[in-house]
Amino acid sequence: MGIEGIGARVLRKEDKRFITGKGRYTDDHKVVGQHYAAFVRSPHAHAKIRKIGTRNALKMPGVAGIFDGKQLTSDGIGNIICGWMVHSKDGSPMNMGAWSALATEYVRYVGDAVAVVIAETQAQAQAAAEAVDVDYKVLKAVVSAEDALADGMPQIHPEAKNNIIYDWEIGDEAATDAAFARAANVVEIDVRNNRLSPNPMEPRSALAQYDEAEDHYTLHTTSQNPHVARLVLSAFYQVAPEHKLRVIAPDVGGGFGAKIYIYPEEIVCLWAAKKAGVAAIKWTADRGEAFVTDAHARDHVTTAKMAFDANNKIIGFKVDTIANLGAYMSLFSSSVPTYLYATLLSGQYNIENIHCNVKAVYTNTVPVDAYRGAGRPEATFLVERMMTTAARQMGLDPAELRRANFIQEFPHQTPVIMCYDAGDFGVSLDAALAASDYANFEKRRKKSQRKGMLRGIGMSCYIEACGIAPSAAVGSLGAGVGLWESAEVRVNPVGTVEVLTGSHSHGQGHETTFAQLVSDRFGLPGENVQIVHGDTDKVQFGMGTYGSRSGAVGMSAIVKALDKVETKAKKIAAHLLEASEGDIEIKDGEVMVKGTDRKLGWHEVCLSAYTAHNLPEGMEPGLKEGAFYDPSNFTFPSGCYICEVEVDPATGTTTIEQFVAADDFGKIINPMIVEGQVHGGITQGIGQALLEHAVYDDDGQLLSASYMDYTMPRADDLPSFEVSTSETLCPGNPLGIKGCGEAGAIGSPPAVINAITDAIGNNNLSMPASPQNVWAAVQAAE
Amino acid sequence: MSKVEIEVNGRLTVGDVEDRLLLVDYLREDRGLTGTHVGCDTSQCGACVVHVDGQAVKACTMLAVQADGSVVKTIEGLAGDGELHPMQVAFHEHHGLQCGFCTPGMIMSAVDMVNRLGPRLDEKTIRSELEGNICRCTGYHNIVKSIAAGARAMGKGMKKAAE
Ligand code: FES
Ligand code: FES
Repeated sequence: MGIEGIGARVLRKEDKRFITGKGRYTDDHKVVGQHYAAFVRSPHAHAKIRKIGTRNALKMPGVAGIFDGKQLTSDGIGNIICGWMVHSKDGSPMNMGAWSALATEYVRYVGDAVAVVIAETQAQAQAAAEAVDVDYKVLKAVVSAEDALADGMPQIHPEAKNNIIYDWEIGDEAATDAAFARAANVVEIDVRNNRLSPNPMEPRSALAQYDEAEDHYTLHTTSQNPHVARLVLSAFYQVAPEHKLRVIAPDVGGGFGAKIYIYPEEIVCLWAAKKAGVAAIKWTADRGEAFVTDAHARDHVTTAKMAFDANNKIIGFKVDTIANLGAYMSLFSSSVPTYLYATLLSGQYNIENIHCNVKAVYTNTVPVDAYRGAGRPEATFLVERMMTTAARQMGLDPAELRRANFIQEFPHQTPVIMCYDAGDFGVSLDAALAASDYANFEKRRKKSQRKGMLRGIGMSCYIEACGIAPSAAVGSLGAGVGLWESAEVRVNPVGTVEVLTGSHSHGQGHETTFAQLVSDRFGLPGENVQIVHGDTDKVQFGMGTYGSRSGAVGMSAIVKALDKVETKAKKIAAHLLEASEGDIEIKDGEVMVKGTDRKLGWHEVCLSAYTAHNLPEGMEPGLKEGAFYDPSNFTFPSGCYICEVEVDPATGTTTIEQFVAADDFGKIINPMIVEGQVHGGITQGIGQALLEHAVYDDDGQLLSASYMDYTMPRADDLPSFEVSTSETLCPGNPLGIKGCGEAGAIGSPPAVINAITDAIGNNNLSMPASPQNVWAAVQAAE
Repeated sequence: MSKVEIEVNGRLTVGDVEDRLLLVDYLREDRGLTGTHVGCDTSQCGACVVHVDGQAVKACTMLAVQADGSVVKTIEGLAGDGELHPMQVAFHEHHGLQCGFCTPGMIMSAVDMVNRLGPRLDEKTIRSELEGNICRCTGYHNIVKSIAAGARAMGKGMKKAAE
């Protein structure tokens, strides 16, 4: 592998600029003539717009323009799209309401943008936005998923009768019912998956420039997928044609899904830059604005039952879920509670019959979309709470009930679309049991008891699906895009290498790990390799980073391009060294004829490609190759997490005493980076389990719209983690990678809740397990 | 408008600022020092931590006029003579950062922690001292390791300087 090759703990190349304060995030960019945007937002969850009064605001100092939704639509700016068509079980397409970047007739959630003010300074823009006088007729709001379906509730969009977007199903209902009819044991649970706000630390920001002379736009934006942003801004919102729009996602301060989507603010800033006749418009959300505009996450209400035969084997699983999608359908919102959720309901288990029904509904809340894990945390929470509940009810060890039902043979076709290609679930379970000293837990429980504390242990055996693919398959399921990735490897005449990738790094360390592929291949030092990403003028096209796809899909594209470069370099070397191509080997920066001392420096071969004085007959000069990689299947990371907690029954406070993670991510390029991803993911999962909750009141006001009210996990809420990995290679891609970005957030919440419910002896506990909730559950158990 | 005289990273500047201008906006906009970040609007996240007269301060919670006559150090001024500060090195070596957005504030808080509490910091102390800094990426695991290592390295440096 070499010291900088595959598998090495290479320190990150990108760190230098971040630790010295030289990172360049969107808000750090500034151009001459830059103006600022401030949005006028609805204070009501549901209202009719009667009139927008701008007369006073327009006269305020510095104001260059105030625009509303009518102007936006009459300029031909298109409505915001949802990129995945889901059909109801009766075959009808989903009922999608219109979403204009600036509301025209109705506002549908607190924060819905009504108008934009462009002014010379930020303070002037804000002051004028406050002076815009909007006359609203306030309407009754619908907040919870259950309420959305109740009789007599207001209709949020005329297109969606009873607020139902779709009523979708997967699996064979009759066969599943038949399994329940012959069951020896049936276990039932009700589960809520709490609504979250993703909260990357860098708030969203946009800098939209318009060059009148060239009729050309440039957008700096906090995006995980600048090419998708450009495509959508062009093809659907008609802001500018693709060749007249450059999108740059520079350093981006975390994404977690929230920065996948193309939000109203980016659309409006681009459009308004031309309309107001200013050189550029900057908009940066403050945290309060982020809470009411960044897509929220999760928010499922589910009832489920599982059937077991007399040998404790699962024979059926039946699930009914209502998913709250908020006021509008965000870009991937429709796929999250369907194809990214119900397709994982088989978990790690051999289950012949599964049926799941999902109703997605509109409410007067912030749109809900993918957040770290997207659908898979909801599935895992349900399956793993179910397994532990079943073990408790049937008087079995939760580890052994799981083990008895593990899938043992691969490939394994589940009844819910997925075909698991490889895995070894017992290895992760055993590793986690050993690392957590599971065998001696009861002794520790007794010790806590003597102090008057309640100790519990809980586990979760998760499986998830990454690198969403192949394009043709997702297309047949309703996806509006292909899900491949691109790469281009440019070897310079001096032998240094630039890799252009369609993936985007916003904390994942691609500048380091992607360079490791090149070091590994040609034996070059990492400092001779530059990774280029995040700019549509540099990289031709790419799908970006989400769904843990940059390893399995993004790196595979790089491998394909490297293959082509290697082949050409070998041809050139064989010609120069008068050897046969098959005898040429590239190692440690040298190109040699195997078993001889005849060799050339890597740089000499590269220079020859560009001088072109002596190339093989008919060969084009240069050394630059591109590749597109479309995977053949999803990849399936899996693992086992064990959490041990101590609960103070007097206060309901939970302390995490230990957290063990045993993951199988397939091939690992850089263990240091993988561990970091796991730490971060687990923390977000623990945040969901213990602390985080986006709470609305009955009028649709978001009560948790600041860090005083929305509890982010902090250092003293957490222990250090015990993480380990095994490598069951993924057969589906050239490196054998499965992906590691989301596993922590997917696997951890049920482990935490299983541990707390074990401690308090009450299985009925919802997330977040705040001290208040836990205290109440302790009281109820007594 | 008020006249202020503020030394930032060794450079003294005299100028007029609006009375309501926050120190963080003064640093980012007037002085072009964009390493100090803004992650919240309620003084919770610590992305904006700088040192004012040697003490860690949330620059979003102080007005520029309040810093009149003060010496301010930001993340850009931490490395001296082209050499990284031991705390910066420790964050790099222990993978204490991912997206890097919280990092300047984390490092400035960490240095302040060592200045106040000395170089021998245990995990519990570090975790409780970090209550004013939020990171969404790292789960704090490697930040805690980085700070412990950075503190030890700063301790060695202090000892050397004393000899
Ligand atoms: S920006 Fe200062 S504490 Fe968040
Ligand atoms: S490294 Fe991203 S917020 Fe801390």
